Amino acid sequence: MSVSEIEHLISILAKLPGLGPRSARRVALHLLKKPDQIMLPLAEVIQSTASTISNCGVCGNLDTIDPCRICADEERDVELICVVEEVADLWAIERTSVFRGHYHVLGGTLSAIDGINPNDLNIETLLKRAERPQLKEVILATGATVSGQTTAHYILERLQRIDVKVSRLSHGVPVGGELDYLDDGTLTTAINSRRLF
Amino acid sequence: MEWIDQAIIIGSRKHGEKASIVQMLTKNHGKHAGLLSGGSTSSKRHLVEPGNYVSANWRGRLPEHLGRVNIELERSFGAVILGEPKKLAALNSICEIILLVLPERESHNEIFMATLFLLQNMANEQDDIWLALYVRWELGLLGALGFGLQLSTCAVTGQTNNLAYVSPKTGRAVTMDIGLPYKDQLFVLPDFLSNGERNHGNASYKDIVNGAKLTGYFLEKHVFATLNKTLPPMRNRFFDLMNKEI
Repeated sequence: MSVSEIEHLISILAKLPGLGPRSARRVALHLLKKPDQIMLPLAEVIQSTASTISNCGVCGNLDTIDPCRICADEERDVELICVVEEVADLWAIERTSVFRGHYHVLGGTLSAIDGINPNDLNIETLLKRAERPQLKEVILATGATVSGQTTAHYILERLQRIDVKVSRLSHGVPVGGELDYLDDGTLTTAINSRRLF
Repeated sequence: MEWIDQAIIIGSRKHGEKASIVQMLTKNHGKHAGLLSGGSTSSKRHLVEPGNYVSANWRGRLPEHLGRVNIELERSFGAVILGEPKKLAALNSICEIILLVLPERESHNEIFMATLFLLQNMANEQDDIWLALYVRWELGLLGALGFGLQLSTCAVTGQTNNLAYVSPKTGRAVTMDIGLPYKDQLFVLPDFLSNGERNHGNASYKDIVNGAKLTGYFLEKHVFATLNKTLPPMRNRFFDLMNKEI
């Protein structure tokens, strides 16, 4: 590997999240020191993942098969769809192992500053999925942000013509949160959505 | 150069891995942007939500630089109205209009105060008075940008009462008697716009929509058309929701 190739490797590594030019240099040096144990297996995995991974045609999840493993899993509850903004949110809910239904990834939220309108999001496919007779509930799990909730209200409006229950995640005090440290908005929504003890 | 000012967050965009470029409407420095270090991280992301009322500390070597900004949250208006679709649509509309039409770094103290007053009403009041205030806010914006409408006297007779219509050509009001024969070519002038602040609480949804048609037309004609743009989608969505209430 010539110097220019090493520099090229460093410049590509430096584009990864969390890595600047200095840390990219350290990573490159580490890879070069252990080509058989790390560098070549990593290159192979990246190559194979890049050639096989794609967005699921049903839910928008990332997987090497289409439909993805979650959509293809027959043990999952077909009566529930959880709508999330991004694949990272899907992974976060999956980590909890609490939800056993299906997902729908929107691919972002409505945003004036970024010029994202409903046509840029995966909403039409959600409406088609919501028309399936076996579906009983759509859970809108968008973020508790202005853009996340604007998107949720927009989807709710579009789903109103379909006979399906629509719910959203509750907002309030996080586990381990002390009231003194919470912002006004979280406290207000927590008080407004209080429930019987 | 450095200043500290009151500000309302009107938008933010991720910059690099952790920072955000924040767009603010400030009290004394107009629409102003700044780089907030760590603005995209989980600990600071809530600070840059649209509708947040903040204390902003801006620093830059030269006044024309983007500069760095530090933000201290005073009140989060957006968080209080997350569950209310009409208010949320109105907040988006306000932010989108300010982003598109206000010039950068040109002080518009009156627009800042009107926006703050409107957001406070949206967050505090249980009744629908904020709807009339929203239309008044757009009317005030037109005035601040140099395209104010003359709604307090009749353009033909000079009368100050019984005003019922507005001409789309001149933006001036006329009385019921004068306007009735041409009513199909004129905008309806709702009471709450012709009688100052007294009738805000009595405005019906129909009055609000009539008021919004009026301000929307002149905003599009005088402001958005010159920018080669149409009215923002969020404003259209807000009044679509209002139309459903009629």
